[in-house]
Amino acid sequence: MRYQNRKKREVTQLALDKVENAIELRGITKTFGSVVANDHIDLDVRRGEILALLGENGSGKTTLMNMISGIYHPDEGSIHVNGREVVINSPMDAKKLGIGMIHQHFKLVDVFSAMDNVVIGAEGKRIKPRELKEKILELTKKFGLEVDPEKKIYNMSVSEKQTVEILKVLYRNADILILDEPTAVLTPQETQKLFAILRRMKEQGSAIIIITHKLNEVMEISDRVTILRKGKSIDTVNTAETNEKQLTELMVGRPVTLEIDRPKCENVHTRLKVVDLSVKKADGTMALKDLSFEIKAGEILGVAGIAGSGQKELCEAIAGLVPVETGAVLHNKENIIGKTPKQINNLGISLGFVPEDRLGMGLVASMGMVDNMLLKSYDKAKGIFVDRKPAKKLAEELVERLEIMTPNVETPVRLLSGGNVQKVLLGREIESEPSVLITAYPVRGLDINSSYTIYDLLNEQKKKGVAVMFIGEDLDVLLEISDRIMVLCHGEVTGIVDAAVTTKEELGLMMTGSKREGVKADG
Amino acid sequence: MDETRKKEPLIRVEKRKERPAKQVRLLRLASVLLAIVAGGLFILCIGYNPFSVYATIVSGAFRSSMAFQATIKLMVPLLIPALGLTLAFKMRFWNIGAEGQIIMGAVFATFFALFCWDFPHWLLMICMFLAGMLGGALWGIIPAFFKAKFGTNETLFTLMLNYIALYLISFLRDGPWQDPNSSGFPKIARFGENAQLDKLFGVHVGWLIGLVLVVIVYIYLKYTKQGYEISVVGESRATAQYAGMNYKKIVLRTMAFSGAICGIAGMVQASGSDLTLTTSVAGGVGFTAIIVAWLAQLNPVGILVVSLLFSVLEKGSTVMQSSYGLSAYSADVLQGIILFFVLGCEFFVRYRFVTRKKGGKA
Repeated sequence: MRYQNRKKREVTQLALDKVENAIELRGITKTFGSVVANDHIDLDVRRGEILALLGENGSGKTTLMNMISGIYHPDEGSIHVNGREVVINSPMDAKKLGIGMIHQHFKLVDVFSAMDNVVIGAEGKRIKPRELKEKILELTKKFGLEVDPEKKIYNMSVSEKQTVEILKVLYRNADILILDEPTAVLTPQETQKLFAILRRMKEQGSAIIIITHKLNEVMEISDRVTILRKGKSIDTVNTAETNEKQLTELMVGRPVTLEIDRPKCENVHTRLKVVDLSVKKADGTMALKDLSFEIKAGEILGVAGIAGSGQKELCEAIAGLVPVETGAVLHNKENIIGKTPKQINNLGISLGFVPEDRLGMGLVASMGMVDNMLLKSYDKAKGIFVDRKPAKKLAEELVERLEIMTPNVETPVRLLSGGNVQKVLLGREIESEPSVLITAYPVRGLDINSSYTIYDLLNEQKKKGVAVMFIGEDLDVLLEISDRIMVLCHGEVTGIVDAAVTTKEELGLMMTGSKREGVKADG
Repeated sequence: MDETRKKEPLIRVEKRKERPAKQVRLLRLASVLLAIVAGGLFILCIGYNPFSVYATIVSGAFRSSMAFQATIKLMVPLLIPALGLTLAFKMRFWNIGAEGQIIMGAVFATFFALFCWDFPHWLLMICMFLAGMLGGALWGIIPAFFKAKFGTNETLFTLMLNYIALYLISFLRDGPWQDPNSSGFPKIARFGENAQLDKLFGVHVGWLIGLVLVVIVYIYLKYTKQGYEISVVGESRATAQYAGMNYKKIVLRTMAFSGAICGIAGMVQASGSDLTLTTSVAGGVGFTAIIVAWLAQLNPVGILVVSLLFSVLEKGSTVMQSSYGLSAYSADVLQGIILFFVLGCEFFVRYRFVTRKKGGKA
């Protein structure tokens, strides 16, 4: 106690010395059960600066930010806003202190217009729509935001929605802004727009914390970087004095290479041919429009596109999970449209679809590894009983070969970390010796080490002559690992390009709909 | 900023990491013990000695072979429907219609009891048993069909079917199946001896059927392919389809089984206990069975234990009523207290309290 008091005094002293600090965290500790999510973390954010908070998954970034925005309460340590020690008990408290957080998943009311979304939850008297609109337009002008106040959220693109989130925070006069992985859902062009807005806000004197694990963005936008590793703050460096390699080493804790292998394709021939495939969504709109492409044995076909451009429907159509309007999917010249998911699976077309929560589709969260191994093969044994022996053996082999961290093979997979869940899923798909392997977002939310294990696994499959389709988010990764990249926009192919000679900007343009005619790349 | 904001709340609730299974079990055990203590306080408050009241309840259920037989007789109609519901609940199909499925099982079985009473005894029993299963299965398949085909809400659907089944009995009782010898009084005739369930150790063989079902349901859920399918569908429909399972078929099949087991309970109750068909053939056990199934965490062996405990409490409370003049409703209060504690302990499985002083150093 006395120690804490002394610390408090020190802190007040410090606060007087540098009043430009918008937020100071001192010795913040937060534990969940036996897990220490944050271990005595110190953090300063100055006015008029952008601080990047860098760290692998599970390093405690989001936990720390949730304490600033009033969602969690620290076990130990103190938070100072504008030099005063504060206790933040709820998001309301945070709001009053001028802290605004923009979450990864937007918190907007779909059927409301932008301006309605901006005012809900804001304090103060009801104001007339016309005044409100003027006020919002004024704000948009001040910060260079592009948004139509009358437009309904459901008509907006992801980037527009994000702009509304920012507007919401600005409207409440927040001058401390926290963004949790804001660029994950944006194209390179949209990211640039966002960065322009952030720079504008910085000039106006706001303090901005941006959580990310994309190094190039850290280098581009931030003034300083604080690196977290396993719940501890490792270092804070000036961006101008560092580089991507050093940051990675700080983040991972040891030297790593950043290049992804792209082994040469061998014995390439067409394995799966998709012809004029069209699929409707549940609401009757077209999810895929006349899609035509091929996946070749011994190559990795990357698929790029903004989230929701038809990736999910494409996977599901090939796997036989959704009805197809028109078109054909030929596997070794045999049309698989109209076959049941089981028949398609038996042909060796293996879908490793990883939805946002990772456990929604490919794995049964409450079951252990053994039962999850059985998911697609339980029916192959004769009789009415499930034979768990081979599954158990397989699970144990995978644990050893892929270094899956689990207490034992019966532990429910939802208790495993993201990387391990991913390995379980991919491991099972690979064990079934597929002829086509479709993976969607296989490294979503994984740390660098686990990601590289996954890339290696995919390359191994490619070398074995499997046709691999890799649906990804990170364009840098797609460009490095794929042989060819197909770009989707609103359910249409806007280009299929050779990954070795394409740039990120070109992909970005195609992702937003500008077609590249006449470009054909064959591996 | 006002001063009150300076302080963090005295107690706050926090989500916790998942507890290991052993701890959870201990927690549940503790909650039952606490419930007994709290129930004791309640008894004390209304002016009785909790120890002697509890002793009376237990001895009331076991003191003689007659008493024990009566306890078992109460247990059977809880045990069998709870097993049936377990199949549906494992699939996350909220079957609130055990009541109706029991009734339909009883109605179908009664048809044979009334109109085929001249069959040889063993044949009649088999017919009634199968008819009971069929009736229950039918009442299970109807909501399953609409759920699988049109995505209707099974909770409301099964609930409403209960009333249809109930009023079907009234209709039969007042009309086509009215006892011709009752001189106009609306009732259904008592079953002939031929249509009565055999007895074993002084109780109708329903208890044996129940025990066999415990084993069957346990093996079915744990070791068969169909049981595996039920768990996967229960977790996520999308995953089941991804794994190549036929969702509709599994839902229909499972609900048919679930209803059929409940239907067996109806047949057993009508021909073993009531020896006729009345509107109270289910008498609310279809709802109590939901509680039994969940308290036992959908574990068939657990269901056996919980349904025994429930029937002990129920039988014991009638004795309590006669020897203390204490209303049998106070047994319902005790049941409520137990439920409150056991369900309340789920909160502590997932959350914990953190007080200001300690700062939550776990």
